[in-house]
This record gives sequence, C-alpha cells and structure tokens, in this order.
Amino acid sequence: MVLAVFSLFLFSFFTPFLCRVFQKKSGWLFSLLPLSLTLYFLSQTSLILQGQTLTHTFEWVPLLNFSFSFHLDGLSYLFAMLICGIGTVIVFYSGSYLEGDRYLGRFFCSLFVFMGSMLGVVLSNNVLVLFVFWELTSLSSYFLIGYNHEKKESRYAALQALLVTGLGGLALLVAVLMAGSAVGSFEITVWVERWQTLISSPYISAIVILVLLAAFTKSAQFPFHFWLPNAMQAPTPVSAYLHSSTMVKAGIYLVARLNPVFSETPLWFTTIEIAGLTTMIVGAVLSFTQNQYKLVLAYMTVTALGMILFLLGMGTAYSVAAALVFILVHALYKAALFLIAGAVDHETGEKDLRKLSGLRSKMPLTAIIALVCGLSMAGVPPLFGFIGKELFLESTLKTQLFYPLNIWVVSFTSLFIVCAACFTGLKPFFGKLAVTPKKPHEAPLALYLGPLIFAVLSVGFGLYPKVLDSFVTASVHTLVRSSSDHVHLALWHGFNQAFFISMTVLAVGVAFYLLRDVSLKLFKPLAIFKSLGPEKAYQIFLKILNSVAKTQTLILQNGFLRYYVFFIILTAVFLCGWVVFLHQETLQMTFNFSDIKFHEFLLVLLIIAATLASTVLRSRISAIISLGVVGYGVSVIFVIFGAPDLAMTQIVIETLIVVLFILVFYHLKPFQNLSSKGSKLRDALLALSAGALMTFLVLAAQDVQYAESISPYFEQNSWLLAHGRNVVNVILVDFRALDTLGEITVLAIAGLGIFILLKLKLGKK
Amino acid sequence: MHSIILRTATVFLKYLLLVFSVYLLLGGHNEPGGGFVGGLVAASAFILFAIAYNVEEARKRLRIEPAVLIGIGLLTALFSGLIPVILNKSFLTGVWFHGHSEIFGDIHIGSPLFFDVGVYLVVLGVTVKIIFSLLEEV
Repeated sequence: MVLAVFSLFLFSFFTPFLCRVFQKKSGWLFSLLPLSLTLYFLSQTSLILQGQTLTHTFEWVPLLNFSFSFHLDGLSYLFAMLICGIGTVIVFYSGSYLEGDRYLGRFFCSLFVFMGSMLGVVLSNNVLVLFVFWELTSLSSYFLIGYNHEKKESRYAALQALLVTGLGGLALLVAVLMAGSAVGSFEITVWVERWQTLISSPYISAIVILVLLAAFTKSAQFPFHFWLPNAMQAPTPVSAYLHSSTMVKAGIYLVARLNPVFSETPLWFTTIEIAGLTTMIVGAVLSFTQNQYKLVLAYMTVTALGMILFLLGMGTAYSVAAALVFILVHALYKAALFLIAGAVDHETGEKDLRKLSGLRSKMPLTAIIALVCGLSMAGVPPLFGFIGKELFLESTLKTQLFYPLNIWVVSFTSLFIVCAACFTGLKPFFGKLAVTPKKPHEAPLALYLGPLIFAVLSVGFGLYPKVLDSFVTASVHTLVRSSSDHVHLALWHGFNQAFFISMTVLAVGVAFYLLRDVSLKLFKPLAIFKSLGPEKAYQIFLKILNSVAKTQTLILQNGFLRYYVFFIILTAVFLCGWVVFLHQETLQMTFNFSDIKFHEFLLVLLIIAATLASTVLRSRISAIISLGVVGYGVSVIFVIFGAPDLAMTQIVIETLIVVLFILVFYHLKPFQNLSSKGSKLRDALLALSAGALMTFLVLAAQDVQYAESISPYFEQNSWLLAHGRNVVNVILVDFRALDTLGEITVLAIAGLGIFILLKLKLGKK
Repeated sequence: MHSIILRTATVFLKYLLLVFSVYLLLGGHNEPGGGFVGGLVAASAFILFAIAYNVEEARKRLRIEPAVLIGIGLLTALFSGLIPVILNKSFLTGVWFHGHSEIFGDIHIGSPLFFDVGVYLVVLGVTVKIIFSLLEEV
C-alpha cells in the first residue's frame, strides 16, 4: 500500500523522459501503472467485505511519534478504486486528447503527482501525513489547471483554486494540530476511539469550524464554490478527473472520515446540512443559466458535492450508505460526461451547447454512451443513477432537521439536474445536425473507451445493485457509530413517497427543459448576484491584500539599504530592550577591570578610535580602511584570548571585504553628503543605543547561567568521539554538522542570489 | 592592473596560498583551520590572480565554473552525511576508517573530512562567484 502511493510519485519523475521516448504510445503505456494499482486494490476486496482494515506503518520520525501510517477500509477502498480506476482511463484519454502537445511530459508528471497525493489523502491514517498529501493535491492541481499557462484566464483560475484551497489547507493544519494535542495522538483511528475526549475539548468549536472550512473549500461548497467552474480552464481530462470525480471529493472524504468523531457536535451537522442544502440549490440554479458544455457540468458537480455532504451530515447509517452510493454514481456519470464533452469539443471544435445538435449520425457510439450517462444523471430506471436518487430522497424524507424545507430544496435541485441531464446528455446528439467549426466524425478509441466503461458500469450496477450490498454495509460500519441496520440496495423499492417524488421531478424536469428559453428569463434578475457574489469578495480581498503588501514594502523595504539596516536594528533594540526592561532586577552587571592588561587597553582604544573615524571620514577609501582596522583589531583580540581559528577567519574575511567594497564603490557616484542633520542624529542615537544594549547584554550574560554549559562536553568528547583535537572544527563538521550543512546551503543560495542581482542590473543597461 | 611586481609575486603567492589552504583544510581537525577558512584562503588566491591579471585568466586557472563548484560542494557535504545512513547510523554521524601504512604511518580518515571538503568547495565557489562577477563589471 505504501508502495502504491510512492510508486506514483517515483514514476512522475520519469514521465517527461519516457514521454519523449514513447511519443504517441505513452498514454496507453502510462495507464498500465494505475491499472495495476486498480487490480491491487481489487484483490483486497474480500478483506474489505469482511469488514477488516489493512494497515501499514512505516516509521518516519519515531522521536516525534510521526509515522507514515496507512490503512485501507471501506471508505478508503471506494476512493482508492475511483482514483486508480478513473485515473487509468484519464491517462490514456489524455494521451490521445493532448496528442503531440509540447508539454505532454510535464502534464503527465503533474497528473501522477496528483494521483499519488490523492491516494495518500485517502489512505493515510496519520492526520499530519494526510495534511501533507492534501496540500500536494492543491499544488499539483495548480499546475494542471494552469496547464495552458500562456492564457491569462488559466493562470487566474489556477491561482484562484490554489489560494482558495490553500486557505482550507491552512485551516486544516491548525485544526489538526489543535485536535491532535487535545487527544494526544495524530492517528485517525485513535481519534475515533477517544472521540469523547476530543469533543469535550474547550476548543471543539474552533476545531469543527476549521475542519469544515478545509472540507468546504476543497469540495467547492457555497460560498467557496466559485473556484470550481473557473478551474474548467484546465484540459478536459483534468476537469473530469480532479474537478468532478476525485480532488473535489477530498473534502467529502474528510467529512466522512471524521464523521464518527464529530457527529455528536450540533455545530458539525447543522453547518454541514446548511452548507449542503445551500450549495446544491445554488449550483443547480447557476448550472441552468450556463450554455458552455463543461460549465453546465461544473455547476452540476457543485450541486452533487452539496448533495453528498448533505447526506453525510445527517449521519444515519442509511444516509451515509446513500452518500457512498451517490459518490460512486456521480463519479461514473460525471467523469463520463466530462470525457464526452472533451471528445465532442475535440471532434467538432464547438463548446457551446446551444450550437450542438444531431451529432448522433456522425458519432453514434458517443451518442449512445452520452444517452446512458445522461439518463443515469437524471435518475431514470433501471440505471444506477436511479438507485442513487431513490436513496437520496428516502434519506431526506427520514430526517427531521430542516423539515420540510429540505424536501423542497432537494426536489427543486433534482428538477434542475434532470434539466442539465437533458441539456448535456441528449441535446448535442439528437435533433437536426448543426454546423460546427470542424467536420464531426467518431472519436478515436482512447476517447470513447473510458466513457463506455463507465456507462456499462452504470447499467450493470443499476441492474444488479446487490453486488454492492455487502460492501456498503461493511463500510458504513466504520463510518457511523452504533449502526445496526443493514442497508439493501435494490432497483425496486415499491410505490413509496420517494418513488412518487422521483417520477414527478423527472416529468417536470423534462418539461422545464423543453421550456428552457422561456424559463431562462425568470432567472435574468439573478445576474446581479454575479457582480456581488463570493467571487467579487475574493477579488476585493486580493486587491486589499496586494495593496497592503505594496504599502508595507514601500515603507520597510524600499530599496535603500540604510532603511533596511535601520529597521532591523530598531526592531532588535526595541524587542530586546523591552525584555531587559521587564526583567531588569534579575540582570546585573559586574564591572571588574582589575585584570585588563595595558596592551589590551590600547587595542580597545584603537578599535574605538577607528570606529569613530569611519563614521566621520569624508573619503570612502579611508572609511573602509578604518573599518579594516576595526576588523583586524578584533582578530587580534581573538588571538589574545586563544581563538586562533576565529582570528584566522576574521583576517581573511576582512581582506576580502576590502576587495569587495572597492569593487562596489567603483559603481557609485562620487561621495556626497546628503544626510540631513536630523537623520544623522537619529542614526547616531540608534547606533549608540544598540551598542549600549549589546554591551549591557554581554556584561549581564557573564553572571547568568541558565543551564549547565555544554563546552566541557565538547572538550572531553572531541578527541574520544570525533577523533579531532580542534574543538571548533569538530563542532562545525561533526557535533553540529547539520547546522553547518544548513549554513553552507544558505551561503550557496545567497551567492547565487547576488550573482542574479548583478546580472539583472547588467540586463537593464 | 598592470603591475609587474604584483604579477610576478602573484605567480608564487597563488601556489603558496593554495597549498596553505589545503593544509588548513586537512589539518583543521587537529590544528587551527578547517574547510571554511581554507575555502576563503583558496578563494583569495584566485581573486589575487584576477586582480593582478584579469578575470578571464583567473577563470581559466580555476578550470571549473564557480557555480558548479558550489553544487559539487553541497553534494559532497550531503553525501558525506549519507555514508553513515548506509551503515544504518543516523544522518551526519562521523564514520571513521583507521589504517596503517608504511609510508604515512597511522591513517585516520573520516566522513567529517569529506564534509569539510564540501564546506571548502562551497565557500570557495561562493566567494569567487561573487567577486568575479563584480570584477567583470568593472
């Protein structure tokens, strides 16, 4: 299982090279990896059906109790199958869809990183590991949405998705840390066991809100739904994969996974119910006003996500079972319809649904698949979608919360879904053949094979829903505490209330669709919300953020070195001085000049004189030389007090600094005295106070001993453990080697940074 | 800079400085010195040369592009830390080889030496890179 996740990451490194080698065949070849993973998870089916979980733990930082712990139970199994199964289709579809594209290798790289991180999210048992993978999905999604990076809209959409989901990611981190410290563990299974400890924590409201913020942003719940339709800038396979069947369901997964932990908190389920209801109706209405193929589907996805969340929020065994079934139903028809949208766009060059019709004669196979998926979406028996919808309606009828408002919202939403199903599944293929930019013909195998598989599955699960029975029962067990009732999936539930509503909705929905042009006018006033909606708030927020950043940069980092130094020293003096002031009684200075030798005194005098000289001299060269005197003087002090290493380094550094300064001065204008009297006075005051504070701290530090000094340890063990007599060097390369490694890395980056700055300046000339 | 005295002196000083820098590097574990100061001394040898002659000549003498040196140095330090990992110790633990030969007497070679070589190369690379770039602008 660990291997499954990491094989995808490992493979992603090689895709750009492999893509160059295999060219057109790469799509088919690459899909073998997700296919074999699908088969691997399929082989675990019997284990899942017995209600067992498969766990794997791999120590990462044992000292901090931080390990890669993975577990596979019913919920993870469902998601893993979706990720790998749909992933297989997406990979060979993209190979054909993006054939000959310049950046195909790069595309596959991000796609596999995404697949790996998504699999990581649904398999990890440690919430910190989950968080890492969660962020990786946002990141890889950024690259996938912004794939057409030369288009401004793509970049905007990618950044928007990253910022919105990134906000959720931060919320998740905070929530996870708070909850983790309340329970004392970061393992989800432990959280489920000790749920009472967790929900009696004083921070439970904050934890719940933050977790939900993470889930809602990721799963595009109102008011964060706006990023999802914008993300349709991505190539179609990406939309089908990330933005309908997998990534957006990560939030759903999180809610489902943590449901047994939080389900007793009213805040948890009321918020979820409200968000679910609002999102489904908002998505449905917005979808009705769209004409672009992918956009209609995107808003429908928003609706579906709201529906699943709504089901999960009810928290009964029945509704959670319905949610699981609906996740599968939705993934099957929505991924298929997205892929068909891509195929239609690929073959006709037309994206507007109003201008597409009658493709049945030219693309017969695609038309049949689209019809099946459309009917499944509308919930027509005997397709799988019908079962999903029946379960959905029945769960809604059983719940007490928000009754009867919820029934109305749910019915209206279903109405719009039927409408959208007609619009996307039927409209492009039936009626009179319309003229399109490209002459339409049947899509190649790679483009229709995937939707075909999904359509067959939709029919198959619809006719034999029993195959899912034991799976659903086993999974629900882990997701709902105290569940005793078994859920049986069946095509025929009898003439009950749900069936009645379902059929009415179907009939009215079709009528509604036929009168689309007339009814659209009813929604005209809604256009106002577009300019006032949450996306506007997002834009305003970004604008404010940018202007604040700009203003503070202008003040604090305006390009003049003297202000940088000024602010840094001022902050240091202020903060240190504040602490010293608060603890003045504990700090004492002891003056003891008795053992100062005459030559030491002279040396110090020389250093002070040279320092003063460097501030008043009018020639740059002389100022540098007097600074050099200061440096050499300090190195002599090092020699006197027995630190030859320091002294040596100091001398070489001083020499190089003189060279550096002279080279830099070459570029400066002749020396001019521009500083006003006031600024000189200000700088002098700051310099004096910084010096005074430092002197005080050094003197005070002589007397304060917080912990036992570590120097004797180094002195004793330098030769014994590290085989070196030069303690300074042994500390640098052995005892504190990790620090040194960090320092040389910083040094290297700083060096390259300076080089780049110099080159940039040259470029301007 | 056209100074015959400086140029002539540089020819000798350069080798002296380089030998001294290697001495500092190798002896640094027991005597004063080490990779950092060694790298600085080596850098000053090339910088002296660049001032006395010109940057192009100095680059030729260095043979390797400074940026590459930085990379090699970082990798050397990193890999010296990975040697103990292979031996199932934690990252950057000192691993020592003790041997005896007729010519050199007792030999002690440890992974910290390679680490120090990495530091030496990074410091040399960074210093030379910055000062060469500045010199080229003059």
